[in-house]
Amino acid sequence: MKKKYKLDEIDCANCALKLENAIKEVDGVSNVKVNYMMQKMTLEADDASFDAVEKAVIALCRRMEPDMDVTAV
Amino acid sequence: MFSGLTDKLTKKQQKWLFRIILGAVGFVALGILEHAGVFEGRWWLGLIIALVPYLIVGYDVIRKSIRNIAHGDVFDENFLMMVATFGAFGIGEYREAVAVMLLYQIGELFQNYATGKSRESISQLMELVPETVVVERGSETEEVDPDEVETGEVIIVRPGERIPLDGEVIEGESMIDTSALTGESVPRAARVGDAVISGCVNGKGLLKIRTTKCYEDSTVAKILELVENATDKKTHVENFVTRFARVYTPIVTIGALILAIIPPLVLGGGSEVWISWIRRACIFLVVSCPCALVISVPLGFFGGIGAASRIGVLVKGSNYLEVLSYVKTIVFDKTGTLTKGEFRVSSIQPAEGICTESSGRPGASSEKPGASFEKAGASFEKPDASPSKPGAPSVNPEEALLEMAAYAEHYSTHPVAEAIRDAYGQSIDLSRIGSTEEIAGHGICAGLDGRQILAGNAKLMRKYDIPFQENTQGGTVVYVACDGTFAGTIVISDTMKDGVPEAIRDLKAAGVKQTVMLTGDSEAAAQAIAKEAGVDQVRSQLLPADKVEIVEKLLKEQNGKDALAFVGDGINDAPVLMRSDVGIAMGAIGSDAAIEAADIVLMDDDVRKIARTVRIARKTMRIIHANIIFAIAVKVLILILSVFGIANMWMAIFGDVGVLILCILNAMRLMGKQEPET
Repeated sequence: MKKKYKLDEIDCANCALKLENAIKEVDGVSNVKVNYMMQKMTLEADDASFDAVEKAVIALCRRMEPDMDVTAV
Repeated sequence: MFSGLTDKLTKKQQKWLFRIILGAVGFVALGILEHAGVFEGRWWLGLIIALVPYLIVGYDVIRKSIRNIAHGDVFDENFLMMVATFGAFGIGEYREAVAVMLLYQIGELFQNYATGKSRESISQLMELVPETVVVERGSETEEVDPDEVETGEVIIVRPGERIPLDGEVIEGESMIDTSALTGESVPRAARVGDAVISGCVNGKGLLKIRTTKCYEDSTVAKILELVENATDKKTHVENFVTRFARVYTPIVTIGALILAIIPPLVLGGGSEVWISWIRRACIFLVVSCPCALVISVPLGFFGGIGAASRIGVLVKGSNYLEVLSYVKTIVFDKTGTLTKGEFRVSSIQPAEGICTESSGRPGASSEKPGASFEKAGASFEKPDASPSKPGAPSVNPEEALLEMAAYAEHYSTHPVAEAIRDAYGQSIDLSRIGSTEEIAGHGICAGLDGRQILAGNAKLMRKYDIPFQENTQGGTVVYVACDGTFAGTIVISDTMKDGVPEAIRDLKAAGVKQTVMLTGDSEAAAQAIAKEAGVDQVRSQLLPADKVEIVEKLLKEQNGKDALAFVGDGINDAPVLMRSDVGIAMGAIGSDAAIEAADIVLMDDDVRKIARTVRIARKTMRIIHANIIFAIAVKVLILILSVFGIANMWMAIFGDVGVLILCILNAMRLMGKQEPET
């Protein structure tokens, strides 16, 4: 399934790029797009494991960009 | 003094700016004190005074970098900034340390502001959707969210409001402004029975609309989704920058480490030597951020896509804009793309001695055959009837021929039949029509006032052994015979859209090398349109599958980066749209098929916009390439100069913040209202 998130206060374009690459490495993530311009993230993962993947991804976001707010749209 | 500017900033940006101003004041004070010699022999005092503006400006950078070290990310730009400035402090360059942090923050704030601005320009599109909509439920009206309205419900749109959902007008009459979708300012009429699409603004009348789509499927929702996600599609430049950024920072950082340690160890010497090499290493760290490079790409594409959407052209992804800039060959579908797809009678040519005794009225004319009618006219003028006998309505050969054909084709739903009936324009007296038979692939055999009328193609004439004169004019030719005698021909042709020759010329001027037209029509009809339009090549009498084949062949002929674009109406040419490098569809506003299948959608079907979009694409790519080359060149130059000890910290700051700001300013040129000229 696919879910969208709003990313408030993502720092810079390079940070968005690094965040995207890091999230891609998370187990169970089939695809992710971090759109710096729209301050948005689109996450794709299997339905069955989505909740667990989402948790891991949000934890990763917190760690990499502590000032950033992640809210599901 | 800053009120004008601060109004435009967010709370966070205002605080940020305030810190920068405070830091700048501190920086100036530091300079004055240093100049006055206050710190002579008291280096610790200088350090303490320098730390005040440094921390005011950079405390968050330090906080973030400490957090990132804990996560093991040593290539974090905050961390690198901290190390570089600490290094500067370490070698006694306090002012430089403060300046690096100060300017770094100015650059970051500017980046934040610029992206916010360009996001706003896209957000204006978002205002296409009203927040609430009045819906009729039972005998009452309710105000609800557009996405709560179901298909088939009736909504009320008051004057001046935006239409929130696609639907059909069931009550009221108004002019609607489609400019937000098409870039055209001419309002179009909406009357009962007309389909209206979401995103348009209602004019002066109150409209009751029965919705035909729910919110997610409405035109406006689809457009918003497309534009928002357009920069998600990865382009070649972006992939290059991503790869470059991934290796650039680690290499430069490791280079800095080597520079700080190896040469002083090898060369030996005292603290002088160490300071000199540490300074060079700090310069490396300051220019280690690839930010200018990374921001240029999405910001540039954002601007380009925004500029295109302002003229009513929807680009579904940055990658399509990139490919469009390389387009050398454009293939057009004829019907619906270069022509209006509306068939009209363009010429009526009665044969000599045509039997004009319809309804028993005597023929009164001996006019020469071959009268040609104005092609584009909505209702063509009937040629002046020859002097008529008083009391008896005059029937000239053209009219008689048209009448025969109109009666014969009365029961047919073919577009050609419709065109003939439209041209005839008078009501049909059904009692005059005898038995009518459709002969598949040939035409029609019908009775009229007891006579046998044949109307169809040349094959029909041959089938009935009727000697006839072939008509080689472009268009669809209908041969008519009356009681076994050839009565003449009626030519029906499609009319070309406004501005097509101009569009083709503009494309050539924009650097397109080859224009090709594909059509299922006859050679003569195709040639006529192609000549008028000015396209280089024509392929006629094609089946849909042939079109794919031809496009594939042309695709193979492209050299290197050259690309091929296909322009079609999106309805029956979806396979070709998808097969080509860039598929451009006529949006025919509201056609889902077109929006789905194409990469670029012309919302108002104006082919002239293709050349304008190509120019926008070229300009976008030029700006992005210029930024990439500029940023890399400046950074590499500074790296080289600093190895030899020629660059100083100020140059490094320019290499970081200066380049960032210049790249952003360059990319923002696309966001101006002006369209690119060249």
